[in-house]
Amino acid sequence: MTAGGEVAGAAAGDAPLSSPMIRDAGEMALVVEFGDTVDPAIHDLVLMLEAALADAEIAGVRELVPTFRSLMIHYDPLAVPRDALARAAIGLSGAVASTRPAGRTWTLPCCYEAGHGEDLAAIAEDCRHRRGRGGALHLGAVYRIYMYGFAPGHCYLGGLAAALAISRRATPRPPHQPGAVMIGGGMALVTTMAMPTGWWVIGRTPERMFSIARTPETFAAVGDRLRFEAVGRDEFDRLEARAATGEIVARREPAR
Amino acid sequence: MSAAAVRILAAGPQVTIQDEGRDGHLQAGVTPAGPMDPLAFLLATRLAGSGPRAGAIEVSAGGLTIAAEGAPLGLAIAGGQFKVVHEGRPMPGAVLLTLRPGETLSIRSGEAGSWCYVAFAGRIALPAVLGSVATHTRSGLGGLAGRALRAGDLVPIGPSGGAGPETARIVDASPARDGREPDGTLIRVVPGPQDDYFAPDQMAAFLGTPWRLSARSDRMAYLMEGPALRHLKGFNIVSDGIPLGAIQVPGDGQPMVLMADRQPTGGYPKIATVIRADIGRLAQTRPGGTVRFRAVTVAAAVEAWRIALAAIAAAGTVPLVRTDLSSEHLLAHNLVSGVTHGDEDASAGERA
Repeated sequence: MTAGGEVAGAAAGDAPLSSPMIRDAGEMALVVEFGDTVDPAIHDLVLMLEAALADAEIAGVRELVPTFRSLMIHYDPLAVPRDALARAAIGLSGAVASTRPAGRTWTLPCCYEAGHGEDLAAIAEDCRHRRGRGGALHLGAVYRIYMYGFAPGHCYLGGLAAALAISRRATPRPPHQPGAVMIGGGMALVTTMAMPTGWWVIGRTPERMFSIARTPETFAAVGDRLRFEAVGRDEFDRLEARAATGEIVARREPAR
Repeated sequence: MSAAAVRILAAGPQVTIQDEGRDGHLQAGVTPAGPMDPLAFLLATRLAGSGPRAGAIEVSAGGLTIAAEGAPLGLAIAGGQFKVVHEGRPMPGAVLLTLRPGETLSIRSGEAGSWCYVAFAGRIALPAVLGSVATHTRSGLGGLAGRALRAGDLVPIGPSGGAGPETARIVDASPARDGREPDGTLIRVVPGPQDDYFAPDQMAAFLGTPWRLSARSDRMAYLMEGPALRHLKGFNIVSDGIPLGAIQVPGDGQPMVLMADRQPTGGYPKIATVIRADIGRLAQTRPGGTVRFRAVTVAAAVEAWRIALAAIAAAGTVPLVRTDLSSEHLLAHNLVSGVTHGDEDASAGERA
């Protein structure tokens, strides 16, 4: 339901929408929704609108939060009227280029060995592949960073191999370690802090995806690509010690 | 004169340092935190003289006892209707006073309300984390070492300039924010963004049901207990953003209102969003209390916030002379003059 007269004509569907749907999330936030699925083309539209709105520097826009399929615009309604902001968002959505410039690509070290890939054996049974193959399947893909959410630096990734599309746990498992690399519901996730989870832990990265000592706190941007590189336990420990000093141990691939 | 500080003598659970919130980092997954009752926080920080960026101590129903160290501390207390005792003397629940070194002040759960704010004439002199001293205990950011306050802690307070204030009662003509309305706290909401996940009869049930506030509620979420709401097309959505006050309906059909410590994104359908003017009143509702929701337009929600801010700006103080103080515990029940229900000020814009 939307308030006021400013409603986009398009309905949500599987295909990317160039004219997005505007939804009110209270009187302090607008949701600009380009679709309702996880799709790189939809995500590109979200990120292009985010960039266009950031460039427009509209007074009263407080924060922009890109997610898989929508952009949340946090705003101060005493500084910018809701309908004017909705019009601007729709206008800028129509004006964006049809393709988004490629983001950067990062290689993230990940240890899949015992003690780190705690749930690999359990998922091998569920996914009907040979035990130990989960790491290789996870390594073979190039992921896209769709959003940070849930907790500081928790990094949601799309691009997981279909063979690893395991549903989430029915009940949460005990807390994982910081840096746990997890899968669930067809997605992958890199974490930053220990907490109980309904996802499956398949490895652990020594990298800190989030640090308040950095500006911005995340080195990899939403829309960047990520691949994993297997490291053994000894190498993990060495990289962990370097990461603990604030060094970024992920490698940025040279632009092609 | 040595630097002023607040010594924590006793603190219940969830007593934290808060400011307006850690804005600007949602995109990295950082929760803003900030006060549970933003209007009471604004009132306390305005009358203390330091303003919202200076921060305040948010007191839970678990209570707080403090002492001043080093120098006199001017302070303002507002929010809910807590029992305030200064050196053995009962005070109004909303009060301005000076706490001298060695004096103690205790704040305990009183007639109504769940959250109370102690703001100081000087700012809370702790290092800002990502621009804010707001505490988010789940991620360990802000405040004192990212955690709730506990006995023995020392909170440094910056210089304020000028002598501390005389004891004075805070007089505030805002609509009631104490969660004590007789037939359940009325909370205004803007429907959506995923109201299309609920059939009209389910939206009617959501708006027509008196919901009971669960004892498992905390700074992250207020959980509602009542008849299970049914989803029209499942309860999993592809995760999207979560603003303050979003009302998620997970698989069990029991709405949960996401509060100051909410996660920045989530994957359950959100039937409606609590308006900013009513977040504090919801926050002040106690576990076991009853909440009713009423749908309003965005325009009505904005107007309600404008009215609420004007009331905070108009609030003042009335000096208390020493002879008044003995009867303050009686007066404390009746501090707010001209109480109105929050739904009366913007009724023109409401819709059922």
